[in-house]
Amino acid sequence: MSTFLTEETTQVTEAAVSTRLSSLDALESEAIHIIREVVAEFEKPALLFSGGKDSVVMLHLATKAFWPGKVPFPVLHVDTGHNFPEVIDFRDRTVERLGLKLVVGSVQEFIDRGELAERADGTRNPLQTVPLLDAIQQNKFDAVFGGGRRDEDKARAKERILSLRDEFGQWDPRNQRPELWNLYNGRHTVGQHVRAFPISNWTELDIWRYIERENIELPGLYYAHDREVFARDGMWRAVGEVSQPLPHEQVIVKTVRYRTVGDMSCTGAVESDAATVSDVVIEVAASTITERGATRADDRISEAAMEDRKKDGYF
Amino acid sequence: MSTLNTPVVEPVETLISTGSINEALPTTLFRFATAGSVDDGKSTLVGRLLHDSKAILADTLDAVARTSADRGFGGAAGGIDLALLTDGLRAEREQGITIDVAYRYFATDRRSFILADCPGHVQYTKNTVTGASTADAVVVLIDARKGVLEQTRRHLSVLQLLRVAHVIVAVNKIDLVDFSESVFREIQADVQQVARELGIGSAELGSADHIDDLLVIPVSALDGDNVVDRSERTPWYDGPALLEVLETLPAADEIDTQLESFRFPVQLVIRPQGALAPDAVAGGLDVEAYRDYRAYAGQITEGSVKVGDSVSVLTPGQAPRTTTVIGIDFAGDSLEEAFAPQSVAIRLADEFDVARGDTIAASGTVRESTADLYAALCWLSPKPLREGAKVLVKHGTRTVQALVRSVSGKLDLATFKLEGASSLELNDIGHAQLRLAAPLPLENYLHHRRTGAFLVIDPLDGNTLAAGLVKDHPGDHEDERYSI
Repeated sequence: MSTFLTEETTQVTEAAVSTRLSSLDALESEAIHIIREVVAEFEKPALLFSGGKDSVVMLHLATKAFWPGKVPFPVLHVDTGHNFPEVIDFRDRTVERLGLKLVVGSVQEFIDRGELAERADGTRNPLQTVPLLDAIQQNKFDAVFGGGRRDEDKARAKERILSLRDEFGQWDPRNQRPELWNLYNGRHTVGQHVRAFPISNWTELDIWRYIERENIELPGLYYAHDREVFARDGMWRAVGEVSQPLPHEQVIVKTVRYRTVGDMSCTGAVESDAATVSDVVIEVAASTITERGATRADDRISEAAMEDRKKDGYF
Repeated sequence: MSTLNTPVVEPVETLISTGSINEALPTTLFRFATAGSVDDGKSTLVGRLLHDSKAILADTLDAVARTSADRGFGGAAGGIDLALLTDGLRAEREQGITIDVAYRYFATDRRSFILADCPGHVQYTKNTVTGASTADAVVVLIDARKGVLEQTRRHLSVLQLLRVAHVIVAVNKIDLVDFSESVFREIQADVQQVARELGIGSAELGSADHIDDLLVIPVSALDGDNVVDRSERTPWYDGPALLEVLETLPAADEIDTQLESFRFPVQLVIRPQGALAPDAVAGGLDVEAYRDYRAYAGQITEGSVKVGDSVSVLTPGQAPRTTTVIGIDFAGDSLEEAFAPQSVAIRLADEFDVARGDTIAASGTVRESTADLYAALCWLSPKPLREGAKVLVKHGTRTVQALVRSVSGKLDLATFKLEGASSLELNDIGHAQLRLAAPLPLENYLHHRRTGAFLVIDPLDGNTLAAGLVKDHPGDHEDERYSI
């Protein structure tokens, strides 16, 4: 094959490569720059880590940003108590492998103390805000990294990469600082903190292409597997301790995978045969439905569901 | 059961044959912004780009189709009001305004696009400056029925001031003037006249100090003419469609990679001492060899650097120190060469003290640091700028205190002339002189879009007050095109 290439062709290819990063390289470079800025300018950052693919990519970027040193901040998990067991296992193994400190904010503890009430629909995703803000205050975190992406939702589309939150964790979309060039303004006063979103500019497909390229390990439920499921709200729900079918809901075994990993009681699976990361890249590239639309019951409540949660301090 | 959201998966062969997934040719990243006036169809154009490049997925499209039907929309694209695809927050709908820049994403086989969608009517200067600061290109909309408005001149002035490399003027609603060539030619001539007055596109192609080119394209966002594909209804126009232009224009970092302009603001020092990453050690990292590891982490803002290059370390208040690059590291890989905008860690031959806020640059290419800052300021805060104010200046990775010595004028964006002023209000662009508490390696924005840019920050509440562009030191040769 190479014998057919003229010398001229080879030179052109080399020149193009040496002056231009691929879109994934450019996004990676941008994210690492942001992670380093936050670590340099803040006293006590932490990274929200759920074991979901976006937070796994965030942690991978952090290891690259500080190589050969350790990731210089703890990870924070807001535990709904409704987790997929394999995701908790993955979380613990990851933290161990990287020698990180894990801080857990527990929704269950707040419910047990009577400081949070279980919702009628049983969903605990919206209940994460209070334990999150509590963990931020208790640990005096002044910056919290999140894996939020602007392509996920129209409220996220307008959020800054460094997003200032007041004492109540609130996001005020009308009063955001303009973000210019690559100069990030992280100044905040006592009681305020900043949410940092280094992968703001990535799409779902970018995330999967990057996971494939970097050979990043994910919890197994992102890939096709057989699971007992039942249909509810137009989604396949897994049968589990906190996710039980009602008498009229029929349990069947399907080959499914998850596009997002959250509260087991509101995250649905999609039917899929994508068993490897390359299969998933192809599936996502061809998918006709957004990941939140397909698999998150909490975002279907209203058109502005995410906007409302964010204003109250959600990530 | 038919309502279950099962992803529709095309066979792999189809994808590969249509080029949707092509490992051999990775896509590149291109950032652009859109700017327009009220009712010139910008939302429809953005919606059209997203829709025709298939960035809109079925559930979003369904929701928009339902809303379109509810509102009695009867236009093209199967009765879908494309403008609704960019419909914003509830907070905005309640007030009937668009709050600020929204970022949107779509991709073709060749490029991934980041679109900064800048609303036109409220605080257009603030939004346009923000969107243009990171843009490789900006698309300015004109309504074919209205032609060049004062707002168009203002937009072009801001883009010229910020030296956006490529400006594309989309003459929209060409269907509403019956695809008239004469209407288009007249608007094109007016745009070129404004461009000449502003000095747009007058210098040599490929240099970094001006808008390289200005293209004018007739489009109908509503019907899709010349947006993604060339239209048969404008046979008199033989230029490319908008998306073709966006796919082929060189991005900012494709233009400028000579060593002479290498700039690297140091973000932090990587010096793990004992605290090496456990996963790296488990992977076979030689612990002894890395005991005294010391590297400077940052993102190359301009140019390129090779191992063995001579560089200067610029520390405020000290003479530049010259040394040699002995290593360029990135997450375990040793690179021979790196270029903007790569994030890397650089090792130097001499072990002198280098810290966050210092800049590493190609040796002998940066002049002495200075505490006198002459700048154009785009004022972005409702709190006006007054002479004598104390502010913070963030330049590269360093933030210093500064005193506003004087405001020397305000730019009339319609005429691009400077008029007298002693304060700057929200959305004003003016000239000011600041005295810095510590000298900085300031460079003319004309030649260095990153190291010539800075933020003005309010020390009281931390808010960003202004986008700053460094002008030449007084007494230096003034570039005429920059003497706004």
